[in-house]
Amino acid sequence: MQRLGITGRGLVVMLPYCWLLLFFVVPFLIVLKISFADIDLAIPPYTPLIEWIGKNTLAIKVNFSNYAFLFTDSLYLNALLNSVKVAFVSTVFCLLIGYPMAYGIARAAPSTRNILLLLVILPFWTSLLLRVYAWIGLLKANGVINNVLMSLGIIHEPLTMLYTPFAMYVGIVYSYLPFMILPLYANLEKMDWQLLEAAEDLGCRPWQAFYKITLPLSRNGILAGSMLVFIPAVGEFVIPALLGGPNALMIGRILWDEFFSNRAWPVASAVAILLLIILVPFMMWYQSVQARESAGAK
Amino acid sequence: MSTPLSTPAATAPGTATATVKPAPWKDPAARPYVQIERVTKSFGEFKAVDDVSLKIYKGEIFCLLGASGCGKTTLLRMLGGFELPTSGRIFIDGEDMTGVPPYERPVNMMFQSYALFPHMTVEQNVAFGLKQDRVARSEITERVATMLDLVKLGSFARRKPHQLSGGQRQRVALARALVKRPKLLLLDEPLGALDKKLREHTQFELISLQDKLGVTFVVVTHDQEEAMTLASRIGVMNHGEIVQAGTPTEIYEFPSSKFVADFVGSVNIFEGKLIEDEPEYVRIASEEMGGTIYVSHGISAAPEAVVWAAVRPEKIFMSTAPPEGTDNVVRGAVQDIAYLGDLSIYLVRLPTGKVVRITQPNTSRHAEAITWDQQVYLSWDPSSPVVVTR
Repeated sequence: MQRLGITGRGLVVMLPYCWLLLFFVVPFLIVLKISFADIDLAIPPYTPLIEWIGKNTLAIKVNFSNYAFLFTDSLYLNALLNSVKVAFVSTVFCLLIGYPMAYGIARAAPSTRNILLLLVILPFWTSLLLRVYAWIGLLKANGVINNVLMSLGIIHEPLTMLYTPFAMYVGIVYSYLPFMILPLYANLEKMDWQLLEAAEDLGCRPWQAFYKITLPLSRNGILAGSMLVFIPAVGEFVIPALLGGPNALMIGRILWDEFFSNRAWPVASAVAILLLIILVPFMMWYQSVQARESAGAK
Repeated sequence: MSTPLSTPAATAPGTATATVKPAPWKDPAARPYVQIERVTKSFGEFKAVDDVSLKIYKGEIFCLLGASGCGKTTLLRMLGGFELPTSGRIFIDGEDMTGVPPYERPVNMMFQSYALFPHMTVEQNVAFGLKQDRVARSEITERVATMLDLVKLGSFARRKPHQLSGGQRQRVALARALVKRPKLLLLDEPLGALDKKLREHTQFELISLQDKLGVTFVVVTHDQEEAMTLASRIGVMNHGEIVQAGTPTEIYEFPSSKFVADFVGSVNIFEGKLIEDEPEYVRIASEEMGGTIYVSHGISAAPEAVVWAAVRPEKIFMSTAPPEGTDNVVRGAVQDIAYLGDLSIYLVRLPTGKVVRITQPNTSRHAEAITWDQQVYLSWDPSSPVVVTR
């Protein structure tokens, strides 16, 4: 091995990179390629990028019309904006719910802390699809929530919750909450609580101490958690499709429709690439936050 | 522990003459600045602080000294408002502090870990408390600058805490607590995180700073040397109780119990029985020592009572020739010698098996050496032993 210049360490690093190359970079390049092709009634349903015309001429046909199409039809931009909005609102709700939870777990006694953390992770042991279907059972017209409220006499006819934006938000916030709680917890758990006593000693009321000390010190945790929720939520498909009803215009759904209903692979690929381009800055930001976090831990 | 280093304040009661005002704790008319009244703090069954009453006077450096878990930090945290007493009351400058939260107390604390805010610069850390009090901006700038100069950190104002050394951080913490001009400054093991050389240096800096600002200090420490150096008075704590409070000299020379004698400095304790009990002197027969101890002052104890005579290592003389008299003399063999440069420690084994510790200053460079296994006579002055009954 040494003679070949491959060390054990190199091999360990190389393996995941090979994996990523094979299952991420190559498919990405294929999608990129398709996005520049034209629709065709064939299998696969798009024109090849490189073609022989005549005997000695190799033609590269790059078709930008798919991208142009995305900007001419307002459907795509609206879906994109709507996805960003839904992801943003969901992130805010995840933060508002997740922060107190993470704070509570971080300040709990060490023995209770592990149980509480387990409870946060526990839902991952069931498939996401199952859990989303469970929400249908809870939210539908003759579902658990409506039945309980009616039997208590609080409402007299069932509330329409399923297939509304409300149901979609509930589903997304519920599903992504652990991704908010875990990085926040990891951050708050390292916090020196004596700093809060010091702040109180210097004249802060408890809420002022939280605002001036805890919040700024947990900034990296907030950013990490928000990115972990926001980035996947933008492209979320399953939850809006199952809970959100027909009006939930999300980019993930458009993608699905273009690919499978319209068989417009080139347009769908262009949508995917555009989505990626929009998300790259957020991912880079997240990376830099992560780097800062681990540098700060030293 | 050799002779304790004394602060000017600490020597005051001993050297007090007619022209010098008596120490406040000796003056029944003096009003205590901090008054702790029968304070108890229980955590479930465990009493961390047990019925403590204390009076601390303005301008004092009062040290709470004790081993870890003796309740000294809990007592300090109750002064700061971080713990509420289970029973009893605390007055600061005449005001009842019961139920007053930390952010409304005229008290500041320097935490053992310093608890500097890592996301703020030195300047921002020090200014934090003043901003909280809505002090005018120009005044904040001025007071922070003055305070940073006072702790010699003027040129470090824009650094973050993680860019400072341990000693510098300690001074930032001190500046942050002092800049609010508290009535009372609480210091939790203020020098615990510093290395020995720096600690000694900082002790004297702390005293001169306190002298300059006139703030009353309450210091918690487990290090008796630190307590001796800093304190005007020391309260020795054990199992949540104050077992003795007094000046460093009183604590060292007149310990009230075996525990205090043993905890502060090193000491040789001989158990014995009172055989003569007169107002001017007592004589104790000690089996442990294998002789009699003559003490030139009376004590209050029942006749025939079991008592303990405590003799400090530096107050024992060692000689190769037998000294005069039969009291306070015992013979033994040198078992061990530790040469420390300025002084040497000798461990002498008595025929009874008891090992006695003696320290002698190395006054000469070519002293007549006493070596291992040599037979020596140990003796001490009748005024040296302290007799305690518990």
